[in-house]
Amino acid sequence: MSERPVPIPGEPRVDPEQARAHGLAPDEYRKIEQLLGRTPTYTELGVFSVMWSEHCSYKSSRRHLKKLPSKSELVVQGPGENAGAIDVGDGWAAVFKIESHNHPSFVEPYQGAATGVGGILRDIFTMGARPVASMNSLKFGSFEHPRTRYLLGGVVGGIGGYGNCVGVPTVAGEVMFDAAYNANILVNAFCLGLVRKGEMMSAKARGPGNPVLYVGSATGRDGIHGASMASAEFDKQSEAKRPAVQVGDPFTEKLLIEACLEAGRTGAIVAIQDMGAAGLTSSSSEMASHGGLGIELDLDQVPLREAGLTPYEILLSESQERMLIVAERGREAELQAVFEKWDLHAVVIGRLTGDQRWRTRWRGEVVADIPIGALADDAPLYDRPAAAPKIQPPAKSPVTQKHPEPAKALRALLDSPNIASKKWVYRQYDSIVQSNTVIGPGSDAAVLRIKNSRRAIALKVDSNPRACALDPYLGAVATVCEAARNVACAGARPVGITNCLNYGNPERPEVMWQFIRGVEGLRDASIAFGAPVVSGNVSFYNETEGHPIPPTPTIAVLGVMADVSRHVTQFFKAPGDAIALVRTAAPSLAASEYAAIFAIDGGQLGAIDLAREAALVQALVEGAEQGLIRSAHDAAEGGLAVALAEACFNPRAILGAEVALGRAGNAGAVDFFGEGASTVVLSIAERDRGRVESLFAGRGLEFALIGRVTADPRLKIAAPAGLDEDVAELRRIYEDAIPRRLRGGD
Amino acid sequence: MKWGVVRFPGSLDDGDSLYAIAEVMGQDARMLWHKDESLGGVECVLLPGGFSYGDYLRTGAIARFSPIMKSVAKFAADGGLVLGICNGFQILCEAHLLPGALTRNRSLSFICERVWLRVENASTPFTRAAKQGELLRLPIKHGEGLYVAPEDELRQMEERGQVILRYVDAGGRESDDANPNGSMRAIAGVANERFNVFGLMPHPEHAVEPMLGGVDGLKIFQSIAGGAR
Repeated sequence: MSERPVPIPGEPRVDPEQARAHGLAPDEYRKIEQLLGRTPTYTELGVFSVMWSEHCSYKSSRRHLKKLPSKSELVVQGPGENAGAIDVGDGWAAVFKIESHNHPSFVEPYQGAATGVGGILRDIFTMGARPVASMNSLKFGSFEHPRTRYLLGGVVGGIGGYGNCVGVPTVAGEVMFDAAYNANILVNAFCLGLVRKGEMMSAKARGPGNPVLYVGSATGRDGIHGASMASAEFDKQSEAKRPAVQVGDPFTEKLLIEACLEAGRTGAIVAIQDMGAAGLTSSSSEMASHGGLGIELDLDQVPLREAGLTPYEILLSESQERMLIVAERGREAELQAVFEKWDLHAVVIGRLTGDQRWRTRWRGEVVADIPIGALADDAPLYDRPAAAPKIQPPAKSPVTQKHPEPAKALRALLDSPNIASKKWVYRQYDSIVQSNTVIGPGSDAAVLRIKNSRRAIALKVDSNPRACALDPYLGAVATVCEAARNVACAGARPVGITNCLNYGNPERPEVMWQFIRGVEGLRDASIAFGAPVVSGNVSFYNETEGHPIPPTPTIAVLGVMADVSRHVTQFFKAPGDAIALVRTAAPSLAASEYAAIFAIDGGQLGAIDLAREAALVQALVEGAEQGLIRSAHDAAEGGLAVALAEACFNPRAILGAEVALGRAGNAGAVDFFGEGASTVVLSIAERDRGRVESLFAGRGLEFALIGRVTADPRLKIAAPAGLDEDVAELRRIYEDAIPRRLRGGD
Repeated sequence: MKWGVVRFPGSLDDGDSLYAIAEVMGQDARMLWHKDESLGGVECVLLPGGFSYGDYLRTGAIARFSPIMKSVAKFAADGGLVLGICNGFQILCEAHLLPGALTRNRSLSFICERVWLRVENASTPFTRAAKQGELLRLPIKHGEGLYVAPEDELRQMEERGQVILRYVDAGGRESDDANPNGSMRAIAGVANERFNVFGLMPHPEHAVEPMLGGVDGLKIFQSIAGGAR
């Protein structure tokens, strides 16, 4: 039965004004009063404010996310749990998800990024999966912006500082610098774990009377209202939000990983969830509501870091490294013994009830009593107005500006932090622990073997905000295509997608329009590749003082290969091999790094033929499976010229290339530096030329032999583009671009 | 040969070490738990990489007080073979089973990459399968690998042949660029005076399969395993 909660002496008065200060709209506050049939207590108001925040409730995005395909014969778990899961063969399921930690990382880069890694790890091991690989996607402001170096150093340090201490390799990532992120950086963290199919754990509670256990770090005052912070724009006072950023303890996380996986094997865990955004409140209410049950918590049992925390603070704290577990009644001691072995304490703090109420007690009194549906299904759901921006970017005819010399352009592109080697970044991450990393950072996609199996998985994370800024639909489609193509270049078939959708304030119709178009692009591309979207995260309110970031859907693709020995890297292997160019359409300078660097109007994005994109991916995978492809490299930023140079940078031995485009183009800037279209550079042994050509050309794809790999380490491109460059020198530019800027050189 | 890999709560390369020895080498190897005192009759104890007890104070500073380390110290005093990799090396230094100490990298940041090492003494139980002066390609991954010791102690160590591995370039030459963390005298691995305790910052257990980037790490494990025959 519902009890009338007792107000706590000294608590602020609850009224519409207080509700507004908590970020609740007047309508939302009225709805709360309606659902409760009375005025909420201050504690309850805090609970509603976090559970109904954009971050927790997905109130603006939910109805659109339903459009995403989430089924295939390989899907083991779609959206609805802590992470999605895909069957990768030999009895294994890969559990994976990507999540944003943008707002905290801008306020406090080291801890913000570190706790982002910690949070996504917990989403994976709560599913019973051992985390085996991390990736990240980072967007910073321009390198020249005074805050960028501090943010870059802090974020990279935080990812390494946390990730390196928990024994999960960071195997791939992307880093971009653009003035559009000067005041709103993006930190998106991905994790993937492996679990035996059928041994997955769930966050769905069952069995009224089952005890609820609290495990991990004690609760402190850190991170209170973190979820609310992530649901508002930044302004000049954002620095003051630093206390809302949590502090990470990777050692405790490592203990939690081992202890939770070991505890899972006892079979005594009914449900498990980490206390992430909105902490104890969301984990307890979500687990119970997923099971159609109620829950009662005794806040006096919650381990506290310091005395004097109020129920409001205990319930809203986002202290890190805490888990909530529903145990089989009578088997508490068995679980507690496992946690004690790892020097962690598991404390019973409540039990499940059959009455569908979320009730908490403190010092013997009920301090919150809410129908559990009000925190979940009855949370607000908006169909926010969406409208294309009135002024479309002018559709100018391409390029009238003066282009630089090709050799000069190539050097400038290799020196751009967006293209240059990110070794300075990934050298700070342990990419080899667990002994599975076949291809680590620095190639198109990461490849990890699965022990005691011939199979392997490939991973890639991508985004393309410049294309999304020109056309949010085509940009999203292009992003999925690029990630899928990268995985296919490594020789793996794309089988699943997770996404982190970073946008501005959804209350603006043009941002909502960008978001909806992005989701539609993601949907269409996902269907074309037969790779469903099994998990994801939405990050709105990425804007400062009215300036939103460009739409940035970050896409991670999981690929599977049947035989790890057939994997392919991006580097040329042997002199004499033929170099082939495969394309789905003519390239363009739209949204290209070339256009950005030389301030050239690149024009509009061209259409994308998804059937051709899928055919390209299929041909790449088949070519790799048949052992016909010596190297495959996706031409991304910087186009064909940069891809050719990168393919020469074989870490074992530098090679060269002699290239003439012939009928593949008239060798203008757009041919060599254009992006947009899917372009892959292959190298092929002479004897396999014919078979590879029929593999691609037979699918209607443009296939052209454009040159040869040479032992002479020079990159030679025939006239009229005409360049002849020393590869070692190009690599020096490529590798030194970021260190040079950090040293403060010119 | 019977091997024991010590598992501290924050060990990270414990599983990889066990995998290298048991699965790749086919040797008899088992995990040893840090709260136990028994070494289970093993003939070589391996202290793996990781962050033992979180290492918030100083790497290895707490681990030396663990129950298992009492037994490891006694085992070493009795002449048993002890191999410390990365964090294991740090723990052995903290426990005074090896001379010197490991401090923060010169760059002040964590470094994960493959480096070249020169075998400076190939007549130890840990390096006998390698040739004197042989170059090994092994990965490093650490934030605190800058080896330091008093100058006169370093001189004595060099004279006795206790400096086992040094960072060099691909041509086998010492240089400032080839020294990834700024270690004194480019030292990457040292032994005690009796040559039954060896610590190194590089990770031989991560260089035992061609597909994962090379097999030079096998030289270390084969040296140890060969000694028992």
